[in-house]
Amino acid sequence: MTELHLAAALNDAGWHPAAWRDPSARPSALFTAGYWGDLAAEAERGLLDFVTIEDALGPPAPPGGVTARLDAVLIAARLAPATSRIGLVPATVVPHTEPFHVSIGIASLDHASRGRAGWRPDAAPAHHAHAPHFGRRDLPDAALLGEAAEFAEVVRRLWDSWEDDAEIRDTATGRFLDREKLHYIDFEGEHLRVRGPSITPRPPQGQPPVTVLADDVAGYELAARAADVVLVAPRSRGDAVTVVAQVREAERTVERTGEPLRVLGDLVVFLDAVPGAAHARLARLDGLARAAFDAEVFTGTPGDLADLLLDWREAGLDGFRLRPGVLPADLAAITRELVPILRGRGAFRESYGTATLRGHLGLPRPANRYAVSDPGRRP
Amino acid sequence: MPVKQIHLAAHFPGVNNTTVWSDPGSGSQIDFGSFVHLARTAERGKFDFFFLAEGLRLREMKGRIHDLDVAGRPESLTVLSALSGVTARLGLAATVNSTFNEPYEVARRLATLDHLSGGRAAWNVVTSWDAFTGENFRRGGYLAEADRYNRAREFLGTARELWDSWSGGDLVADPASGTFARPDAGAFAHRGPQFDIAGRFNAPRPPQGRPVIIQAGDSAEGREFAAAEADVIFSRHGTLEDGRAFYKDVKSRLAKYGRRPDELKIMPSVTYVLGDTEEDAAERAADIRRAQVTPQGALAYLEGFWGRDLSGYDPDGPLPDVEPDLGEGVSKGRAQFRGDRSETVRRWRALAAERGLTIRELVIEATGRQTFVGTPRSVADQIDEFVRTDAADGFVLVPHLTPTGLDDLVEHVVPLLQEKGVFRADYTGPTLRDHLGLEAP
Ligand SMILES: Cc1cc2nc3c(=O)[nH]c(=O)nc-3n(C[C@H](O)[C@H](O)[C@H](O)COP(=O)(O)O)c2cc1C
Repeated sequence: MTELHLAAALNDAGWHPAAWRDPSARPSALFTAGYWGDLAAEAERGLLDFVTIEDALGPPAPPGGVTARLDAVLIAARLAPATSRIGLVPATVVPHTEPFHVSIGIASLDHASRGRAGWRPDAAPAHHAHAPHFGRRDLPDAALLGEAAEFAEVVRRLWDSWEDDAEIRDTATGRFLDREKLHYIDFEGEHLRVRGPSITPRPPQGQPPVTVLADDVAGYELAARAADVVLVAPRSRGDAVTVVAQVREAERTVERTGEPLRVLGDLVVFLDAVPGAAHARLARLDGLARAAFDAEVFTGTPGDLADLLLDWREAGLDGFRLRPGVLPADLAAITRELVPILRGRGAFRESYGTATLRGHLGLPRPANRYAVSDPGRRP
Repeated sequence: MPVKQIHLAAHFPGVNNTTVWSDPGSGSQIDFGSFVHLARTAERGKFDFFFLAEGLRLREMKGRIHDLDVAGRPESLTVLSALSGVTARLGLAATVNSTFNEPYEVARRLATLDHLSGGRAAWNVVTSWDAFTGENFRRGGYLAEADRYNRAREFLGTARELWDSWSGGDLVADPASGTFARPDAGAFAHRGPQFDIAGRFNAPRPPQGRPVIIQAGDSAEGREFAAAEADVIFSRHGTLEDGRAFYKDVKSRLAKYGRRPDELKIMPSVTYVLGDTEEDAAERAADIRRAQVTPQGALAYLEGFWGRDLSGYDPDGPLPDVEPDLGEGVSKGRAQFRGDRSETVRRWRALAAERGLTIRELVIEATGRQTFVGTPRSVADQIDEFVRTDAADGFVLVPHLTPTGLDDLVEHVVPLLQEKGVFRADYTGPTLRDHLGLEAP
């Protein structure tokens, strides 16, 4: 049996808007390195493939909820030296940021973590609300996907703009660089124009895995063009069958070549060992703040969740990104209870066999799009 | 009166023409291990802060990427955030440009670094404005040179409004009452010629209140900007005489902003070479200068002034006989020389003729020797003299080797400064403001 890929989605105090009021939450620690370090250590103890970290350039919740959030790339960077194997996948907000800065930020995260960086460009319409923070004209929703595609293309070209062996340190000629191995990217799209090359050498993974959250065909096509991993949100096993078929269709539509997308199902999870306890906990939180989730919500025991994951996997999912309803409690239930059950059923790794995020995902290190493939010229 | 204390910062060498990459001991300019080594060395030496420069486009010469110097560096704030995990007290200073960024994002990222590091963040506000760099950015948004400090001033002012939009008590986080933050926490509205923005800032007040502000710019506008806004000024005035004049000039500008002289620390960037004896140090200094100015590097340097291709000239021969082309220039992406190029060329010709210098020897001469050369004792004395006689409040030390270039100074010079009682024996507080003796805003 092939092993599942498992990721945990970290944000604030958990995915329920009232999570910060749960007795197990640490609301006054949300803005400390210690809080994030503990979460990452917990996820790594569970040998998860990666953690994602959400971002927003404005209050992530309405007043009453958690109205502050720190920069996700910098949180991920802080976690790099505190962990050794787990992948670190921050989100960045597409419409209000510069692809050049994002590209060198993720490349730097990859250098600092020695090959464990990933990236999730986030073009959700919810971020429109923050346009006044940038004095930017409002964009129509349709344009956002187009901008996201261009954004990801610029970021990726910049990662390849230094070939791996561009640094030569040739004392005979006095050259530090072989300038033939540095490339202008000369991107000119509808939304973006960027010249390049990057100021940061190619990241250790070559291309850190790009992750896209999608829930319709346009989103799957964006993922098929731009991403390595697509996060989908099926509501049932039957729905998962449909979604996976749509993702594969999107790959054909855009004529994707190379590795197929890794398709991970997103689920919001509330876990308790005692049957019924998780449901009661969710009901109590719902009484404090109304929640609207864009993914299926699971409440139950870790054993029940294991059953569901293995069942849905039959629909063709490669794994799951679990969004803990409350942090750190539901994360600990994943790593300490769910993971051992899955492992017992032969469906999850016993140890990290690889050291990079691409490695965990079974993705080979990619060739550089700018490298001349003349075998006489390059090893 | 207590003895005036010295402040020290470590500049990560990396990308410039003073970093010697040909030395067998020269390590990676991009491997995270190099950053860890230098930061831990600086923290062992009880330095105030660790400093990263920025350049958002690779330099070019004659329309092609400049290939002779070290190139390739990380995004500053990302690396500093990672370094906050392997250091405990060291300040972490990022150079971040105010032209190719937006205040909301920069203020939030600096607040993030300040939170994650427990109050150790600093921002070196730089104003590069050129269209060459702008080609890497979506808004293309370059400025007329005259506007660079208008934008910088308004950018920084807006960032301050954002940091101040949360007060210390705004984060309530009370599960019982359901109040996470006070209702108006983060509310801001800024209307100005450069920025017209309003809404809610989403980073709680940073531990230092505001990150430490550093300014590096030398023009009259730059000095005025520093006097009004900065906590530290990073300068290039590394001689006693020059340093004293600059110090006096800048400190005298503070009063009109209602600030005391000690609210702005002046820290010139300096280089150093240590030896067992004075002769040994001088010899090493000369060797390092020759390694810094390679034959090819010397020609490229002259081309920057001549404004034309000089590749046919022998670097070990006499200066070019052709006249400089005073047009647009051939070098892009580095601080531009603003003086009179033909006057400089005339001066060099005279110097070369008088002393019989080759191209390479002339460039070695013209680009100056290291600031402090000598035994650990004499270097400690020189550093102390600069600070005691108000040529500086401290220094940003620029090693010539990555990442071990600071090791000998921390091992041999810092203890002598501590013995003299002019440099801290240990950190006395957790934040960078504590190290610099700056009050909380
Ligand atoms: C010591 C020193 C270091 C500087 N470091 C940088 C840097 O890392 N990145 C950058 O873009 N500009 C840097 N600058 C440039 C200045 O911030 C500024 O943009 C430039 O000097 C123009 O301002 P001025 O006219 O006031 O000198 C530096 C300047 C000085 C004096």
